[in-house]
Amino acid sequence: MSSRDNILKVVLQNQPAERALPVIDIPVTTTHAEWVEALKTRLDILHVDVREVADYSAIKAILQQQAVPQERSVTTLAALGDVSTYIETVKEDAHSLEDVDWAIIPAHFGVAENGAMWVTESLIQYRVLPFITQQLAIVVNRKDTVYNMHQAYERIAGTNYDFGVFIAGPSKTADIEQSLVLGAHGPKGMTLFLMG
Amino acid sequence: MNSTITNHADAAIQFNLDEPRVDWHDKTLWFIREKRDLASHAIPEWEQLREYASQIKNNVLSNLSQYLQEFEENAIANGVIVHWAADAAEHNQIVHSILKKHQIDRMVKSKSMLTEECGLNEYLEQNGIEVIDTDLGERIVQLAKEPPSHIVLPCIHWKKEEIGELFHKHLGTDKGASDPKYLTAAAREHLRETFLTRRAALTGVNFAVAETGEFVVSTNEGNADMGAHLADVHIACMGIEKIIPKQQHLGVFLRLLARSATGQPITTYSSHFKKPQPHQEVHIVLVDNGRSVHLGKEDFRNSLKCIRCAACMNTCPVYRRSGGHSYHNAVAGPIGSILTPNFDMRANKDLPFASTLCGSCSNVCPVKIDIHDQLYKWRQVLMKEGLGPTTKNASMKMMGWVLSKPSLYNISGKAARLVLKYSPFVVSNKLNPWYKQREMPAPPKESFKEWYKKNRSN
Repeated sequence: MSSRDNILKVVLQNQPAERALPVIDIPVTTTHAEWVEALKTRLDILHVDVREVADYSAIKAILQQQAVPQERSVTTLAALGDVSTYIETVKEDAHSLEDVDWAIIPAHFGVAENGAMWVTESLIQYRVLPFITQQLAIVVNRKDTVYNMHQAYERIAGTNYDFGVFIAGPSKTADIEQSLVLGAHGPKGMTLFLMG
Repeated sequence: MNSTITNHADAAIQFNLDEPRVDWHDKTLWFIREKRDLASHAIPEWEQLREYASQIKNNVLSNLSQYLQEFEENAIANGVIVHWAADAAEHNQIVHSILKKHQIDRMVKSKSMLTEECGLNEYLEQNGIEVIDTDLGERIVQLAKEPPSHIVLPCIHWKKEEIGELFHKHLGTDKGASDPKYLTAAAREHLRETFLTRRAALTGVNFAVAETGEFVVSTNEGNADMGAHLADVHIACMGIEKIIPKQQHLGVFLRLLARSATGQPITTYSSHFKKPQPHQEVHIVLVDNGRSVHLGKEDFRNSLKCIRCAACMNTCPVYRRSGGHSYHNAVAGPIGSILTPNFDMRANKDLPFASTLCGSCSNVCPVKIDIHDQLYKWRQVLMKEGLGPTTKNASMKMMGWVLSKPSLYNISGKAARLVLKYSPFVVSNKLNPWYKQREMPAPPKESFKEWYKKNRSN
């Protein structure tokens, strides 16, 4: 008998009598405006630089102001193509992104309770992009804010993605004596453009 | 994988030789426990979430064979290659055969307690394959040729000056440098080069969703993603109990996991791997290694609900003052003490006794495992099997004899009070294990029985 069949046989023999799944019901009583405030507060704690902007032209103005000529900036947002190199599809080996200084990407929505942004492969083209870049900027619409992770998965349910990730701030570690250091392996810093 | 001393009490004695260091270790972990409290208290529905998580995991255990098949079917439909391993040896062979097929002799790895359990690194090294652990804490202990001492914080027992010394030797950092920022930056440079040059990456799995065939990996550093996305071959290894039924259940577990572990509302990255990238192979290895048999033990099966947050370790007064290595297993602390005897009762017979049974572990457990009850039940099993500590056997027999004879009991009590009063050195000496790190209490003048007789009339 293969290991597979044997494992499944023993598991079936030993698994206890049926226990029912719970119905998850966590009511949210707060308003959308409060969620946005909670999101901003949380991002602040996560060392994310939050910029509230009206539209893409406001983002462009900020990016142009911050731009350093020697730095490599890429974006997967066509609307920002004149201030950053637009990546439309995957054309090269992902390793070619190793010298990216800035990556500007969109997110589907943000989660107020933990500051996490839901990003899927179709929004970033290269899976490694939000990790390999030195600095990450995420653009999300203010209206696309949910309060908690239950609402988040309600939004995700039924959507198609090959790879998806919640990103909550810059990469970090506290492995050395519990001292927080930003920029473990991924971005050293993160900006969030809250649009609309 | 195992440290040299395989008895918790003996290893704890060694750990306690350096008292200021033990105090530091204790305080560091308590600080994390306090952060967990703050995070959990900020969620009004916390207890409800724990209850949901517990019920979901109970459902998983009661349908595990069906969920495993559902997961396999969906993962295969997603283009993932699924393997099944009966034990550690088969797991290691599977990983090795995948690497051999691709002629790969260097691999990066993110945190996976399962591969620690299976001794994968040693096995691959013996077969000429270099494995580099990429989680900073894991890299530190790997450079030091030590196993992790904590499942979430692998080098919690290391001081920054010692890490500075280690990095000076291995990574060429400045001698005497101990600034965490500087040391982390050095590790970042060293590991970035590694990520960019390795064709295979191995990751653990936090949750595998039966409904969708996807698996979720949580990290703060981004090391799992840097490895997996840049590699031609991604191997994900998981114990069979890591399955959850539906995608929506991730909402419950991701709310609980990081808050319980470090007090963060979520880890920086919660990556959902569903389909391989073009030209990439993704393998999942489903590992039993004793779990299917463990599932059949009614008193002990629900320790398989564990999501490896380590809250029980951070809160445990024994773990905090004896260190992770004293548990001589990949998973230490209270949860390790009830998991490991299922796999090898004799080798881990000491661990259920490494507890005060205070119950704090059960109180913080996000999936409501009855940890301290199981510790107690394991003690009963071990005593029946004749595997209890020998000193305990003798003293328990003596105690039983004294307690069965009331007159003898009265005399013994009186004698003990007199001894404590007039000759405290008889008990306050190094031969008495209760005197270690403790002062003996002042003896009462009389026993409760004597006091009661005197005062009953009032």
